Amino acid sequence: MKSETTKTLGAFALELVIYGILVTGYFFLVLHLLGGWLYELEVHHRYTYAGVAILLIIGQAVVLESVTTFLLRLIGGRSE
Amino acid sequence: MFFPISGAHISPIYLVIVGFLIGILGGFFGVGGSFIAGPALRLVGLDWNFAVGTDLAHIVGKSVVAAKRHRALGNVDLRLGSIMAIGTIAGAETGAQLIQMLKRAGNVNQVVSIVAIVVYLSISAFMLWESRKTLRSQKRQLSKAKVKGLTAKKDESAFGHVTRAIQRLKIWPMISLPTSGVKAISLWMILLVAFVGGVFGGFLGGGAGYIRMPSMVYVLGIPTHLAVGTDLFEIVISASYGTFSHAVKGNVDILIALVMHTGAAIGAQIGAISTQYFAGPKIRLAFVPLPLIGAGIVIYTLVSGHKL
Repeated sequence: MKSETTKTLGAFALELVIYGILVTGYFFLVLHLLGGWLYELEVHHRYTYAGVAILLIIGQAVVLESVTTFLLRLIGGRSE
Repeated sequence: MFFPISGAHISPIYLVIVGFLIGILGGFFGVGGSFIAGPALRLVGLDWNFAVGTDLAHIVGKSVVAAKRHRALGNVDLRLGSIMAIGTIAGAETGAQLIQMLKRAGNVNQVVSIVAIVVYLSISAFMLWESRKTLRSQKRQLSKAKVKGLTAKKDESAFGHVTRAIQRLKIWPMISLPTSGVKAISLWMILLVAFVGGVFGGFLGGGAGYIRMPSMVYVLGIPTHLAVGTDLFEIVISASYGTFSHAVKGNVDILIALVMHTGAAIGAQIGAISTQYFAGPKIRLAFVPLPLIGAGIVIYTLVSGHKL
């Protein structure tokens, strides 16, 4: 029981490290590139910005959910 | 990190940690966590209007993840969630109009703060009383069942007699919710519960899951796990509407929401998976401190005059 808990916590910590590396890369690559464009959109085309904002957050949610599920399976954690 | 839309300098690590903590709460309790996210964003200097709008955008992303996870676990009643979304949007608009009225009267901060404190404390006190009573009664049933060779029901409520009385009200049209195990309930009761939740959301900010989730359990008789999952699904629809509305008014910094959401994505998964290890009354008992945190923050702002 105790070793199972240690194993789960270890897998979770490993997942956090991999996830952290992916997210850091994401910040610098995607958000840095999108920042200027989104700012322009927010200033000049509010309705388009509102639609894009919702699509972006839902899109990111779906992608990150797939990434975290994949990582949990890869590491052997119990995701289901 | 500089966020050009709101003109704020905020550490992304801070945003990820806040998102992670709120993600766990959302996945486990089916709440948006606005009573923590709003003050957390204000704390790092974001303007109140941006804090409210950005938090809503972040709630959309977080709820998509948690609702998808709950759906996979069979905890989402799509029919109920879709109906509730209509009532919530109507209620949110009414709540926003009430705020505008109070703004014109010039006492919005005081009235909203007092209403918030009363609502938060009442929810906490009621849920503490109900969940403890249910757990005690389950304990008694379990010891009797051991003698008779039976098992106690997993998700029952000490408020069940009121729920059953509400379900017996025959106000046309009556609908059934097979996923939630409700044979017949008035459509108007569902819309009313959603509308009231929406009014509180529009009035006090955020998704108002702290009032809708308990209402679904106690008023509509939805099992706790399903109430959590369905509330999240419903929040996706109503918070998307709120995000669009706020974004058009220039109150959403989507870059901040995206960064916060990277933490929430993993937190929401952990929270949703954790619900499987707890029975309904225990989830409800664990929910009790959440509105108290909200009440504490509001009392602090009232007493100190410091606008979080």
